Amino acid sequence: MKLLFERSTAGHRHTIMPELDVAVPELPSSLRRATRPHLPEISEIELGRHYTELAKQTHGVNDGFYPLGSCTMKYNPRVNEAAAALPGFTDIHPLQPVSTIQGALGVLAEAADLLAEICGMDAVTLQPAAGAHGEYTGLLLIRAYHLDRGDTGRTEIIVPDSAHGTNPASAAMTGFTVVSVPSNAEGGVDLGALRAAVGENTAGLMLTNPNTLGLFDPNILEITRIVHEAGGLCYYDGANLNAVMGHVRPGDMGFDCMHVNLHKTFSTPHGGGGPGSGPVGCKDFLAAYMPGPLVRRGAGGYEFFAPEKSVGRVRSFHGNFLVVVRALAYMVMLGSEGLAEASAHAVLNANYLLKRLCGQWSIPFGEPCMHEFVIDVAPLKAKTSVSAMDVAKRMLDFGIHPPTMYFPLIVHEALMVEPTETESREELDTFVDIMDAIYREALETGEELHGAPFGCAIGRPDEVAAARNPRVRYDFGGER
Amino acid sequence: MSTIPENLRYTASHEWVSEEDGIFTIGLTDFAQNSLGDLVFVNLPQVGDEVVAGESFSDVESVKAVSDIFSPVSGTIIEVNEELADAPELINEDPYGAWLVRVGGVTESEDLLGAEAYAEVCESEE
Repeated sequence: MKLLFERSTAGHRHTIMPELDVAVPELPSSLRRATRPHLPEISEIELGRHYTELAKQTHGVNDGFYPLGSCTMKYNPRVNEAAAALPGFTDIHPLQPVSTIQGALGVLAEAADLLAEICGMDAVTLQPAAGAHGEYTGLLLIRAYHLDRGDTGRTEIIVPDSAHGTNPASAAMTGFTVVSVPSNAEGGVDLGALRAAVGENTAGLMLTNPNTLGLFDPNILEITRIVHEAGGLCYYDGANLNAVMGHVRPGDMGFDCMHVNLHKTFSTPHGGGGPGSGPVGCKDFLAAYMPGPLVRRGAGGYEFFAPEKSVGRVRSFHGNFLVVVRALAYMVMLGSEGLAEASAHAVLNANYLLKRLCGQWSIPFGEPCMHEFVIDVAPLKAKTSVSAMDVAKRMLDFGIHPPTMYFPLIVHEALMVEPTETESREELDTFVDIMDAIYREALETGEELHGAPFGCAIGRPDEVAAARNPRVRYDFGGER
Repeated sequence: MSTIPENLRYTASHEWVSEEDGIFTIGLTDFAQNSLGDLVFVNLPQVGDEVVAGESFSDVESVKAVSDIFSPVSGTIIEVNEELADAPELINEDPYGAWLVRVGGVTESEDLLGAEAYAEVCESEE
């Protein structure tokens, strides 16, 4: 399809602005551009058609099944949107006097309290704008804790090799050295390797539980104990909280701080629709280091306060506020029973799919699994040359968003499937039928699937060329 | 089936090594480039960097993933194949020609595998 620049026609206009009725300020010539900017000239209807055409090429959870592993692409209930659209939430400004936004502060306080209860934490900040931002914030707390005690030698963060790539990245960004520990044969943390890795340099451990293979680590209490005994702290990556929400609390597994992804577990829009939100929770002994301001109930109503030894703000104002409104609507609507039921169904749906698929497809870890599982396409590839990429691309023809591919790295031809609780049994059965059909195609036609998808607007973008020679700006024929 | 030249030695982590007059040339094997897929970036070390046998000294990025490259020997990097910075695809096209680094002053070496033993490693991973 055409880019906006290619749709541009000289003289087309979008909005007719009224004449200025105030004096036009003169900018000093040093601040003026020498040449006019290249802006597309386009009418409102052309612009509308452009974005509608783009929208038709996308796939969201409202278009069809979206089993993107570790991303929890669950349905976002409309009631969340209704709550977030209330003028009392949309038509306010964070710099208004606190007495005029008590309702909004109440939302922040109540959301933080509920998240703390669900996670087994004592304090929660809603500032971080996404999961990795939450990891960074949590690591700042860990660093501040060690430094505040004069324990300056703790420079290492331990990360299992099955971790999300953001874990080592966040640790490096916070200035820590990353120490990787291998997985054991069951896909969990290798306790021997962990014991060998901890020591007086250990600042902490970052862990997702259930892990990226969809397995709950049965040694979790031993793992957090080993780290604590070495003087380190334990950070929980809440990416997979949807598997255990309402059943097990990270705080009870021995974790000291953590983030949750509201855009995964708490049904707020995810992906292009964001923005995200990655609140961070911590135990009491870390609360003094939290980013501020936090909200508390004072004598005259809700008020802001700064934690005593705060690491400082990690984001402007109070985070993505309307996302928090949506998440609160979700938590209140489901209640404690509903949240536990939601995660139980997420696990049930994943096990139902696993059971139905494992006869044909290789699923090396799990059974039972938690909320997701990993298919290994390597055996099929050896037989037919059809790879995880080919299977994923073929799914597009059936109106399914492919699962996460080639992750975790410990399974080479991985397809990581997370159905979530909001899919019906009928939808899961349809997915199994499609997977059966693709498997048969692989056996019968083999190499033909290298060309899939066959019916999509975009088939196989040249990822290699895009990575080697990225073109990130429009070429106006050499003009700048 | 990947190519495994007889005249080179190998690590179980899929690096190849050739030695001449105490200078060790290190690259990635055909099996490695084949499993990684099209490489899009090579994070090259610098001349003068110390490398330690069994530890990572560089990483390569394909459209699938980033992978560490481990040094088979301990020593100092005396030459880097700068050509790879702009053309990582050379490793895909000619893995045994597109060497990564040359290491001198070698004090220690891992137990390196011959072609036959390395072929067994590859087979067990397929």
